[in-house]
Amino acid sequence: MSHPVQAAEFLQDAAKSKWHDETLWFVRDKRDKISHTIPEWEQLRELASKIKDNVLGNLDTYLEDFERNASKNGIKVHWAKDAEEHNSIVLSILQEKNCKAIVKSKSILTEECHLNPYLEKSGIEVVDTDLGERIVQFLNQPPSHIVLPAIHLKKGDISKIFHEKLHTEEGNEDPTYLTQAARIHLREKFLGAKVAITGVNFGIAETGEFVVCTNEGNADMGVHLADVHIACMGIEKIIPKREHLSVFLRLLARSATGQSITNYTSHFRSPSAGRETHIILVDNGRTAQLGRETFRNSLKCIRCGACMNTCPIYRRSGGFSYESTVPGPIGSILSPGLDLKKYSTLPFASTLCGSCTDVCPVKINIHEQLYAWRQEITKAQGTSGKSLSMKLGNGIFKSPLAYKISGTLMRAALKTLPDSLIYNPLNSYGKSRDLPELPKESFKDWYKINRG
Amino acid sequence: MSSRSEILGKIKSLKLEEKPLPETPVFAVSPNLEESFIYSILSNKGEVWTIQELEGKIHSGTFPKVFSALPEFKSFSNQELPADPHDFADLDLAIIRGQFGVAENGAIWLEDVDLGLRAVPFIAEHLAILLDRKQLVGNMHQAYQKVGMTESGFGLFIAGPSKTADIEQSLVIGAHGAKSLLLILT
Repeated sequence: MSHPVQAAEFLQDAAKSKWHDETLWFVRDKRDKISHTIPEWEQLRELASKIKDNVLGNLDTYLEDFERNASKNGIKVHWAKDAEEHNSIVLSILQEKNCKAIVKSKSILTEECHLNPYLEKSGIEVVDTDLGERIVQFLNQPPSHIVLPAIHLKKGDISKIFHEKLHTEEGNEDPTYLTQAARIHLREKFLGAKVAITGVNFGIAETGEFVVCTNEGNADMGVHLADVHIACMGIEKIIPKREHLSVFLRLLARSATGQSITNYTSHFRSPSAGRETHIILVDNGRTAQLGRETFRNSLKCIRCGACMNTCPIYRRSGGFSYESTVPGPIGSILSPGLDLKKYSTLPFASTLCGSCTDVCPVKINIHEQLYAWRQEITKAQGTSGKSLSMKLGNGIFKSPLAYKISGTLMRAALKTLPDSLIYNPLNSYGKSRDLPELPKESFKDWYKINRG
Repeated sequence: MSSRSEILGKIKSLKLEEKPLPETPVFAVSPNLEESFIYSILSNKGEVWTIQELEGKIHSGTFPKVFSALPEFKSFSNQELPADPHDFADLDLAIIRGQFGVAENGAIWLEDVDLGLRAVPFIAEHLAILLDRKQLVGNMHQAYQKVGMTESGFGLFIAGPSKTADIEQSLVIGAHGAKSLLLILT
């Protein structure tokens, strides 16, 4: 299904979609307030962007450095060219450990690779431990936002599913009560899991360590109680040096939720005695994106979600309307690189207002890339309904006579034609839009009468 | 061909232009580090306690199971550090000492040597961190200068209690980890 169709469905519940819009805008506002307290904010964005430029120009060297240093620290490094290989590496580690149940903290990469269904098919119980992710997992849904996975749900929805799954009191919608129930439920899972999976926020080439940020502490609860830690990392998450963490950590949480830092920022350098750490370095389309000069910058993304919170389309269409693991503006420039046909409507799900670019902590030119993807998609798809009318328009603008006649004709026609014809389904521009009020005469005619 | 050489080969074949790493300039920090640090900790929903308040709460039985390896709290500690962190599943309070704090965000740096077991600050129901008030830096750049090239197997910034806002953006303290962070400046 296309983005407009999905968005229309989301908008059916007007009260809920209004709440969604306002809540995300509130998060965007928090981001603004806290970023204004840092006088060097713009310098930090510039630094982060330049560090990532350096990374993307030397990715092979940094990956080799990371591998060497991580191995020296006793971490087992694996390489996966695609989602399938990533998943099979995870499964083979679990089978080797004879592990039937795992806990997993937030990892957009494992969502991208569809790890959960893959493992479940092999009889492994996967428990997502981030509260928002556990909620959507109970509902068999993917996350609708990369930082706020359950932002599309109201507490009534959550109360209902918790009553069903965790036997909480029917109708009790108190967030503290519901969170406490999840805490008790997940505590048992943490204590029982032999293997914990986490994502990675930053991998540091210089030291071979990697950093994971959470507010809930769920990544650490999983890892420190399990015998084996598997970290899944996209190859673009590398940064050169430990000191560079300072730049990215100052930007990440402030951009994401308007807080100065996440409450836990864990640096995993080597496993505790008697335990194992594995890291899987995953390509899955990233090297292809690196080869696309116009879109290369999209790989700078640190997954803060700020572009989603600010986007007038995302806020009003919901994460699911994108049908892509990473939704919103950044998802709309990443996903077409993975499957141009499937994600062909996403770069059009934008007003090109540029707000995403303005808030991006690593200064990705998101709106320009959205525009550039539109060119690629139009080239690949050929003529569409809209482009036919564009061609017609082009002919009219070329001939002064045609322009003059068409103007007079349109003014007459639009006044007399019934709305059903103007707003018919073939005119996609007429959907949810009103035509402007028509002037009685053209500017030329007006000038002749009043100034001529 | 292995995936490793395939991935690295693909990147190398692009022959991308090398761009220089920027230098991070020195940024100004708060003139009053302690005041900023406390403000940050409170914003993260941490609490600031005195050592007497903590001792009083322990005496009154608020925290039945207490672990601390710190000499000044040895007398309150009624738990030994287990070999297996699972044995701390019902630990009520852990008291540890942080290495330094960061004024701009309230983050406190800890390493393996400060934790005993890595699970301790997460599995304990409540966490108290002692911090020398002279050990404060202004921002994260200074923080990583201080961390330097330490080779601890695990390093951690804790800036507050475990928290979540995943239910309608309502802030709830105590998601999976410690339900409180009690900061004691010494």
